[in-house]
Amino acid sequence: MSIGTPKQPPTHTTSASAEAADRNPVDRGVKRWQLRFPKALRTPLGFIGAIILTIWLIVALFAPLLAPFNPLAQDFPRLSAPGGENLLGTDTLGRDVLSRLIVAARTTLPAAVFVVICSAVLGSVLGAIAGYFGRAVDEIIMRIADLVFAFPTIILAMVIAAALGPGLKNAIIAILLVSWPSYARVTRSLVMSARNSEYVVAGRLLGFSAGKSLIREISPNVLSPVVVLATLDVGSAILTMAGLSFLSLGVVPPTPDWGAMISEGVSQFAAWWIAFFPGLCILTIVMAFNFIGDSLRDSLDPHTAQEVGETTS
Amino acid sequence: MSVGTTDSSTAHPPSNDEAQRIKPPLLPPLLRYILIRIGISLLLIWGVTIVTFLLTNLVPTDPVAAILGDRAAADPAIVAATRERLGLDQPLIVQYFTYLSNLLQGDMGVSNQTRTPVLQSIGQVFPASIELGIGAILISVIIGLLLGLASALKQNTILDHAIRALSLIGISAPTFWIAAVGYYVFFFKLRVVPGAGRLDPWITPPPRVTGLYTVDSLLAGQMSTFINAFGHLILPSCVLALFTIGLLTRFSRSSVLDIIRLDYVTAARAKGLPARTVVFKYIFRGALVPIITVVGLAFGSLLSGAVLTETVFAWNGLGQYAFRGATTLDLPVIMGVGLVIGIVYIIVNFIVDLIYGFVDPRVRVR
Repeated sequence: MSIGTPKQPPTHTTSASAEAADRNPVDRGVKRWQLRFPKALRTPLGFIGAIILTIWLIVALFAPLLAPFNPLAQDFPRLSAPGGENLLGTDTLGRDVLSRLIVAARTTLPAAVFVVICSAVLGSVLGAIAGYFGRAVDEIIMRIADLVFAFPTIILAMVIAAALGPGLKNAIIAILLVSWPSYARVTRSLVMSARNSEYVVAGRLLGFSAGKSLIREISPNVLSPVVVLATLDVGSAILTMAGLSFLSLGVVPPTPDWGAMISEGVSQFAAWWIAFFPGLCILTIVMAFNFIGDSLRDSLDPHTAQEVGETTS
Repeated sequence: MSVGTTDSSTAHPPSNDEAQRIKPPLLPPLLRYILIRIGISLLLIWGVTIVTFLLTNLVPTDPVAAILGDRAAADPAIVAATRERLGLDQPLIVQYFTYLSNLLQGDMGVSNQTRTPVLQSIGQVFPASIELGIGAILISVIIGLLLGLASALKQNTILDHAIRALSLIGISAPTFWIAAVGYYVFFFKLRVVPGAGRLDPWITPPPRVTGLYTVDSLLAGQMSTFINAFGHLILPSCVLALFTIGLLTRFSRSSVLDIIRLDYVTAARAKGLPARTVVFKYIFRGALVPIITVVGLAFGSLLSGAVLTETVFAWNGLGQYAFRGATTLDLPVIMGVGLVIGIVYIIVNFIVDLIYGFVDPRVRVR
């Protein structure tokens, strides 16, 4: 039986086979990883999210071509209103807001995706170890996770970033340290329930090592929930990063950054455009990830979806 | 106890129920549950102090140099003396116990910028944030629950889709940006709310009892001060509530959807009970139980939101204090705020767990 091997081609689940899968825990293991991504994106929200995200990816990719001016050049009259030469106005130092917005996508988007991938990998590996081996390892890892959960996310990120000093690299470390536990929790509980499935036990009896058992047999059960959680998490990573920059603990000036631009705009109320447009950028991009993640979660089987739960930040 | 909860608990009997019956527990379940929760909370608070201590000692910059300034830091004798005075020559574990005993005596260090004790400053600004937090949590619980209920009852209609989309947008917007936009629109342009701060500048704060201006002004019988303080509270708490409204709407929607499918709801409908009774007495009550746990989480995001938004409203609370500390890299201040928020968050979640234990007997035996 090739159950659980990722090579198996995705088959369409009819309601009858879904019911059968529900009754048979072994079959459910197969269905879990067969997340039908394209189908999830066919829901209205998922579709809108995918379109917004595509636009942002294009903007980030071609930023140097799209930005009308040098984002760092202080060439223009200060605080000029939107319209005319500077489509979205200029900031307190006479820099073009639109160019800064476009270029900022290049730091925020890759940094957020990077930090989420890192924390998903770190969290799932730790969670898998905790769930598979149990006992002392489990206790240690999960108590550290509890400790991280004892703080509201951005507060702990703020404290870590402040201790490490401002900068993008430290902000990424801070977000990584605060975001891995949710993956650890989800992975741990999924691994614990899969560990005692008949096919995993059968593999162990055949003499599979712990590593082989985890990677070949258990990981397919864990993959799709983790992907869903990660998609939702990119949004909160972007929000946390923007929050850190707002507290001037993130990207160091003069590098353009949305959170820092809002921070600058807050002290310039008459020049509303400085803060308004970067916020719109953050809103749309986080929204895109949340829309996609939400649709993906709905396409998970309900039991697993509950493990993924709601995101909080 | 409603018919609903008994019904649903018999529907899924917990497996360790059997074990409980065979071996009678030493303590009544509720008391045991409370004691365990207290123990866990204390352990977590202890853990939080370790985190803040380790982070303080992680700082790449030498704290001695920061305290002494350039000229004194050039003299090795003074540096050594200062290190000794601060206890920095001690091993880390000794330093931790010094830190802990200082904390227990209410010493959280001194701000590098203003030289005022951190605990004293936090004591002054804390009530302002609590006032804001209470306002926001009330708004978000009421609106969030109602929206979630409406969304679930009208599942897959346009109303449901609209509410789901709006709540997703609500949790996607950076709170500090919403604060800035709200302030610009409602104060700067429309003038429908009073400006920044907790009171208009010409009004003297009421005599301090609780530190909450709305409560204190009522206690002092100063009606005009109360109205002013209340007016100042409206916009910031609405802004802050936006994220938690989204959160609670989403959660209560899924919670209500879980309950709606249960047999006792169908039975209530089949009995011919009026729709309103079914919705509020049966569905809503059953759905409320899991929602309680989310309120604790929501409170955490409110605290985070406060740190980011208070500055926009010049709201002299914990958030503005933290913001000043962060922008000047005033480490004792940041650690103090982190510690206090961590502890408050743990206490709130403890209270939530207690309420949960009282409301849902199944939780106690876990």
